Amino acid sequence: MNPIMILFIVLAVSAILSALGLVMSRSAIYAALFLVLNFACVAIFYLILGAPFIALTQITVYAGAIMVLFLFVIMLLGVEKLPGSKAIPWQRPLAIGLSAVLLVEAGVLLFQRLQNSVNLAQPDAQVNTMESIRSLALMLFNQYLLPFEITSILLLVAMIGAIVLTKQEKGAAG
Amino acid sequence: MEGTIPLNYFIAVSAILFTMGALGVLIRRNALIVFMSIELMLNAANLAFVAFARSYDVLTGQIFVFFVMTVAAAEVAVGLALIVAIFRSKHSIDVDQMSSLKG
Repeated sequence: MNPIMILFIVLAVSAILSALGLVMSRSAIYAALFLVLNFACVAIFYLILGAPFIALTQITVYAGAIMVLFLFVIMLLGVEKLPGSKAIPWQRPLAIGLSAVLLVEAGVLLFQRLQNSVNLAQPDAQVNTMESIRSLALMLFNQYLLPFEITSILLLVAMIGAIVLTKQEKGAAG
Repeated sequence: MEGTIPLNYFIAVSAILFTMGALGVLIRRNALIVFMSIELMLNAANLAFVAFARSYDVLTGQIFVFFVMTVAAAEVAVGLALIVAIFRSKHSIDVDQMSSLKG
């Protein structure tokens, strides 16, 4: 077994366990921290797959910005521990059953369609240099320039939307 | 072969993470954790994108992941604002409590 395979297995196990921790944890803060761990594991997967720019974006945007926003809202609202409301009794078994069906379905498709799976060779040193970021940027700013510009409008709309939604009405103290 | 991992393994991890996210959306009643589970599902899809991009040796998959991240950021900003607004009016973010429209 080669070292990269051992790394892959360790990362896969920690990614899946942290996802399980997110789903099972009682406290919202712990769930958020499990999600950060999961994002970090996936970022290292991106490095293994020779996508260093995406890996760093993952860390800065997801683990940095988005999770800080989550933690900020959790602490702002003070909902670290919510009283467990009475759940509908058949809901949990049904959800677990449906998820099992989804997983089995994905597994069957995976092993039927990808029987002759390709081996992903380790990216050579070339991939992990500025060259890969350069080619990504060339593609983004030539072929995908219009979607990139539309993205800026999307972010502007999201920003205005967030401000409008959380703005307190004057006089109506909430 | 030295230093290789089958594509299947990455897709399997992605499928498991996606299922975990779906399970989280279905069984948790805390709106914030439901939101985090959606992030987990987006992340699983991104992993599959990058794995396939590597397998076919094209960059388009990575470009798409870039856009998915942007959309996720916008979605989280608006979604958390909605959660704050709902918490202000109902003093709860339990999704079972949001039943004002129930007849």
